[in-house]
Amino acid sequence: MSPEDEELEVELAGDEHVEAALRSPARLNAYVRGLGGAVVPILTTVIAFVVAGLVVLITGHDPLSTYKAVFNGTGLNWLFPWISGSARTTAALELQQTLIETTALILVGLAVAFAFRAGLFNIGGQGQYTVGAIVAVWIGSSLSGMTPVLHITLAIVAAALAGAAWAGIAGVLKATLGVHEVISTIMLNWIAVWLGVYLFQLGGPLQDPAQSSVPVSKTIAASAKLPVFWGNPNLQGLDIGIFIALALVVVFGVIINRTRLGYEVRAVGFNPDAASYAGMNVGRSYVKVMLFCGAFAGVAAALDILGWKFQLFTNDIQASQIGFLGIAVALLGRNTAIGTVAAALLFGSLLTGTSERNLDPTVFDPNLAQYLTYMIQGLIVLLVSTDLIALRVLRSGRGIAVGLRRRRPDRAEAAASADGASTGGTP
Amino acid sequence: MSAGAIAAVPAGTVSPRRVAITGIVLAVLAWVITLPPALVRTPVPSVILGIAAVAAGGFAVAAGERRPGVGAIALGVVGIAGAILSTRAGVGNLKVVFTWSALVAAALRYATPLLFAALGGIISERSGVINIGLEGMMLMGCFFGIWGADVLGSWVLGLLVAAVAGGLLALVHAVFSIHLRANQVVSGTGINFLALGITGYFFTAHYGPNGTPSKISQVPNVKLPLIQHDGFFGAAIGDANLMTWLGIALVPLLAIFLFRTRWGLRLRAVGEKPRAADTVGLPVLRIRYLAVVVSGMLAALGGAYLSVAFVGSFSQDMTEGRGFIALAAVIFGRWRPLGALVATLVFGFSSALADRLPQFSQTAGTLFQALPYVLTLVAVAGVIGRSRPPAASGIPYVKE
Repeated sequence: MSPEDEELEVELAGDEHVEAALRSPARLNAYVRGLGGAVVPILTTVIAFVVAGLVVLITGHDPLSTYKAVFNGTGLNWLFPWISGSARTTAALELQQTLIETTALILVGLAVAFAFRAGLFNIGGQGQYTVGAIVAVWIGSSLSGMTPVLHITLAIVAAALAGAAWAGIAGVLKATLGVHEVISTIMLNWIAVWLGVYLFQLGGPLQDPAQSSVPVSKTIAASAKLPVFWGNPNLQGLDIGIFIALALVVVFGVIINRTRLGYEVRAVGFNPDAASYAGMNVGRSYVKVMLFCGAFAGVAAALDILGWKFQLFTNDIQASQIGFLGIAVALLGRNTAIGTVAAALLFGSLLTGTSERNLDPTVFDPNLAQYLTYMIQGLIVLLVSTDLIALRVLRSGRGIAVGLRRRRPDRAEAAASADGASTGGTP
Repeated sequence: MSAGAIAAVPAGTVSPRRVAITGIVLAVLAWVITLPPALVRTPVPSVILGIAAVAAGGFAVAAGERRPGVGAIALGVVGIAGAILSTRAGVGNLKVVFTWSALVAAALRYATPLLFAALGGIISERSGVINIGLEGMMLMGCFFGIWGADVLGSWVLGLLVAAVAGGLLALVHAVFSIHLRANQVVSGTGINFLALGITGYFFTAHYGPNGTPSKISQVPNVKLPLIQHDGFFGAAIGDANLMTWLGIALVPLLAIFLFRTRWGLRLRAVGEKPRAADTVGLPVLRIRYLAVVVSGMLAALGGAYLSVAFVGSFSQDMTEGRGFIALAAVIFGRWRPLGALVATLVFGFSSALADRLPQFSQTAGTLFQALPYVLTLVAVAGVIGRSRPPAASGIPYVKE
């Protein structure tokens, strides 16, 4: 977006139609994508880490050594050539963990990002992931004697369809009755959770009869397990799921940037009224978009189940936050293909780096660290919800306090647009 | 309701809307008569009532009242199914599950935290700020309430600390969504994560693996001396928590404030037409700030009920999505305090039922936990009626 456009937008901001357009997350994103590029997300992350570091400091720990321990817990130090011997073996194990987490995060991130591009807010990644996991574990455990390729394909496709159907409910409700997708997807999340708990609880229809006192699904058959290509399959080595995820990132990029559907999605996201005038069926686009989103989330779940979880516990269904993490991933990644991968790697690293299994307990209590992850995640989501803070810090260098002291939001807007002009707003 | 619907009904005949509502009542009745105390043991009368409900719904749909008509048809089918199920169940089981007085008492317990948060949600959304962060604000109240009650030694101060903590987190949401004009849904999502992190961090740092101590001052129950303690009312409301009564008392107060006072009108004006409100000199942004902070304080009190009044301890992520049910109650109750009260009671009742059903069927109770969400989905889809948020909710206001 050119600086002129932004000035126009500032001028028109009082106009009702423009206000309506500003409500659209896709429009908002188009607006900031031009401003910040990669700089704003990185700065956002840095601010979040600094604030969380202050919390660590206040509660009597050393933030620097904490973050260093977290970094070592991610296994990313494996990339350093000077790490050798047993440290290298440990690092490899940890990096495999990180990449496993990243795999699913990439896909739930795409599930949110695709919707954002169409101006929809898919809070329902969690529910779509849950139904995908239910179907994947069901297919994976109830069929036997199949060839692995067929079994895996069937489970993944079925999970994708289940996720798509679940998201499709929200799409259809939006297209036909105008139900806001934020509300419908939140409700569908919880319905999916209770459905899963119902199926796998003690005495539930799909609970594992071999472990009658554990609320868990049956374990999937060996033919449904994804092959591990790096590390020990018994120690959760890295499975081929990550390649499926990366392939779907390419699919996402191609759909958004190179196909008619993608053009439609972006047009609808930018301005549904204009798209409608141009002859596009906006309602049908909403349904299509939600189907894609749900499919991404469903595949994410299938890769988790077939790759390393192998079974589904009811408390895992209830405690899982991955769909919400997907929101953070998509927002930080600016809803782009490459950005989503980078953001998923960041959050995947955070999850494993602060996990009980990987974080050095002598430096920082892992029980505390997992909450540090939530805090950082919350701060990042809060900061990307506006972008004005990061932009202000970027340009003025005078810190957040100045931003908060400004009384009038229209001046804040003007400052942001001036920032955009000087950081060279790319189209 | 289209113009055609109105034209299809000549003056003086029955309104199709009323027919549809009668159908809904009949459908509910079809099921209720097979439950205690009536306990009709044959499905025949229920089937007749159910078919009447479906017919009424059909008539309403034909006459143009699509949404309530479809509702009556759907409920008629559900009523027949429920009646058949309960006539096949044992009388003893039915009597255990449907002990109405105990169900009411449990429903009130479940509804109280939802009610506080929903009332908060109404205030915020009426002022034009969507509050997805209710969940996080409840969680703040939940932890800081019990922390305050523990450290300061009194539940009154605990509730106060809870309200301050919830208000502070709400202030963050307010700064982002009002001043920095953030996407309010995104900001609320961030708030929820932040609360999960803050409460979990300080809980673990302060209490460690042992959790909160066992003897913490708790909000007392109110023993009503005037009613018989063995009768229905005695068992249902004779021993309810003080906060339950406070929450119920807040409902008419908030309704009067919103719809009968000057400040309530101003709050609604800011949420419906901020430009117009600004033109007549109302401080739009300041009113929104106040509304969001008050909303956070109320949500926090709802959360504090869980820890300081109900359980007496804290565990991580203790609110378990209740903030989202409260949000559902706001929508289900169409942004009105009385509507929210009804919605939270319905949701509380379904939780209470889910609690008691395992005595009768091991697994089916779990499905009832999903009922609030299904009902809300149905409600926003408009089967029960039009559900329209305040016009400016979600839109940051830019002063000219």
